Amino acid sequence: MIFKHDVVIVGTGLAGLRAALEVADEYDVAVISKVYPTRSHSGAAQGGIGASLGNEEPDSWEWHMYDTVKGGDYLTDQDAAETLAKDAPRAIYELEHMGVPFNRTDEGKIAQRAFGGHTRDFGAAPIKRACYAADRTGRVILDTLSSEASRRGIRVYSEFNLVDLLMDKGRAVGLAAYELATGEVHVFHARAILLATGGFGKVYKTTSNCFANTGDGVYLAYRAGIPLQDMEFVQFHPTGIYGLGVLISEAARGEGGVLRNREGRRFMEDYAPTIKDLAPRDMVSRAIITEIRGKRGIDGRDFVNLDLTHLGKQKIEERLSDISSFAKIYVGVDTSTDPIPVSPTCHYMMGGIPTDVDGKVLDMNNTAIHGLYAAGECACISVHGANRLGCNSLLDLVVFGRRAGKMIRLDLEQADWPDLIVNPEVKSLIKLKGILNRNAGEKAVHIRNALQTLMTKNCSVFRDEKGLRRALDELSTLKARYENVVIDDRGKAFNTDIMEAAELESLLGLAEAILVSALARKESRGAHFREDYPERDDANWLKHTLIQRTDEGRRVFYKPVNITRFEPKARTY
Amino acid sequence: MEMNFKIFRFDSEKDKEPYYSHYTVDAEPWERLLDCLNRIKWEQDGTLAFRMSCAHGVCGSDAMKINGRCALACQKLVKDYQGSEVVLEPLPTFKVLKDLIVDLTPFFERVEWVRPYLIAAGFPEKERLQSPEERKKVDEVIRCILCASCVGACPVSNENDKYIGPAQIVQAFRRIFDSRDQEKTERLKQLDYPDGVWACVNYFECTRACPKEIPVTKSINKIKREIEKLLR
Repeated sequence: MIFKHDVVIVGTGLAGLRAALEVADEYDVAVISKVYPTRSHSGAAQGGIGASLGNEEPDSWEWHMYDTVKGGDYLTDQDAAETLAKDAPRAIYELEHMGVPFNRTDEGKIAQRAFGGHTRDFGAAPIKRACYAADRTGRVILDTLSSEASRRGIRVYSEFNLVDLLMDKGRAVGLAAYELATGEVHVFHARAILLATGGFGKVYKTTSNCFANTGDGVYLAYRAGIPLQDMEFVQFHPTGIYGLGVLISEAARGEGGVLRNREGRRFMEDYAPTIKDLAPRDMVSRAIITEIRGKRGIDGRDFVNLDLTHLGKQKIEERLSDISSFAKIYVGVDTSTDPIPVSPTCHYMMGGIPTDVDGKVLDMNNTAIHGLYAAGECACISVHGANRLGCNSLLDLVVFGRRAGKMIRLDLEQADWPDLIVNPEVKSLIKLKGILNRNAGEKAVHIRNALQTLMTKNCSVFRDEKGLRRALDELSTLKARYENVVIDDRGKAFNTDIMEAAELESLLGLAEAILVSALARKESRGAHFREDYPERDDANWLKHTLIQRTDEGRRVFYKPVNITRFEPKARTY
Repeated sequence: MEMNFKIFRFDSEKDKEPYYSHYTVDAEPWERLLDCLNRIKWEQDGTLAFRMSCAHGVCGSDAMKINGRCALACQKLVKDYQGSEVVLEPLPTFKVLKDLIVDLTPFFERVEWVRPYLIAAGFPEKERLQSPEERKKVDEVIRCILCASCVGACPVSNENDKYIGPAQIVQAFRRIFDSRDQEKTERLKQLDYPDGVWACVNYFECTRACPKEIPVTKSINKIKREIEKLLR
């Protein structure tokens, strides 16, 4: 079928929904999602959403902006960071008005707590800036926006997978989506398309990300010739439950939890003397791996302990109940009496589809592509630079999701209906039928496992040229193997077999973008740490990476960072 | 260790009747039943269909019947099912679409029906004030992830398809007891009918099934008492 809507948004996480709410009163907007909206991965965000409300202690947006820039190791575009920090209080009040059940102070205001890298007075000491609803902040905001969307009658196509982005003469004209229930490929014809497809942590073996996070939107943009920005910057959250990667929120340390090595020592004192366990995630993850390499992991093994035992049962129950239940269920740990075994887990992609602060997708010449927008984790504004601070992500989603929605509304006053390309679904059908009709070959799982293993081994917290080159070699073998991917399910209804095989193409393509970008950047900055180039090198590398697929092959090029208020300085905490 | 599974199968495209498939997988004791299901699907039988996403009990996709009890496959560990065959079936009361996938459309429509959003007007410039005590009243119900385990487990829902359902009442509770909502009376009236809260006769199966440990039955009873207090 061909569905026609003024605006089609891909993704029902916070960015997609917030944008939809902005547009819905004036235009016909539809949202498509791989899952039911309330199952989007924004719902897994735990600890909080940052804003300088100053409800617990004095705060200012300048401090928040500074922390965001420094946290991003000065790769952050400062106009974007300023927008984020200035708009944050308004965004939080708006969520409160919509009904988000934030925890409260004794005075009845929104409660706030400390989070990694957020400080007062430009780095002097930790500050309470993260607004929260226990440790299920993302989930309750998602529930709120999702019910608000249905209240406003926004059309949602649940369990529709994006399979193609339709571009014509440099303009986005629509997209193709696979309906899981029927196995049909449908075409969505639109005047404006917003990609809000989230991250792609599933490129790695151990991740806090959900299975849906395969980055289809980002990959399809890349496949369509749109450059991807800063792809080498992959965030590893320091505290995933050992072995599983299930997230234990930074709020655990914000509330006073500490990391300990096998000697019981609070080792973050050695790495970040001022703010210790509340250092930014890239630093804490490096510290943990350094401890493990120095044989100071617990029992000499590859994890450390996150100790909450001194917080007291009441605080844990009131503010950290979800993570306590994760510890109980998955590792049998009672957090009030025993520490949680943790190690870094792939968590967030700083890179993605390049956009301006209004969500317009930028092409290789840094000019806006007509009709195409991106917001949320799939986009790179770049507001997080080389390393995102905790509780800035939910904020990014609602601030820049809204801005993208506003921009779309404005643009639609002028935008005409583009012609749909001839046979818009044919490319997707050829691809899917190719998989469906193949009789012999290799199952996706083997290729996917090999990919996740090679990325984890060669492109995680620490990288070097040798490993990255080896990974690229292995990746080309995997891509060749993918040409023969085979599935069992030939049916139409709920054929998740074929969708998982299709998603693997996204993962392979995105891994390529990450590896090539990481190999090119010969310095260490934020989450990208090159052991062969361990220093930050502002003279040569204070610039954004762009990688593009062209007819002549992959092309890597750069663009300057927007620096307004804060000149790069040494990054110590 | 070796784990044996017996899994409900039905594909409306080709099956007249449901049947069960048997699988054996190697699994570590600390792994989740969802890990086993994925291994079966990825390595042995790609035609097996089930929903899943976050894999740690936050998104609510993989609710199913596990050895007769409604639960999330990502919250159950292999070590707790040693030595016995694990029987996996779709959530009861719902129409089966394929294997372990059920039609959730009526479930979400009923959630919509209780108006699961805050209704209020007249916003201050900043946040509305709410005391920690007032906020605490919804502390348990905001854990709901809409997985539908409670509905699947509820004997009343299984027999009476008009019953609004425990998850839906939990959603209503979230707004009824939110001091910021201005439609409390209307919301109570909406649930005050035989197939509303009064259909619940305290089996407590919803409470036992809830993967987020929400006191579901207690919450329903609290609404009943509120109706008695304010509407009678």
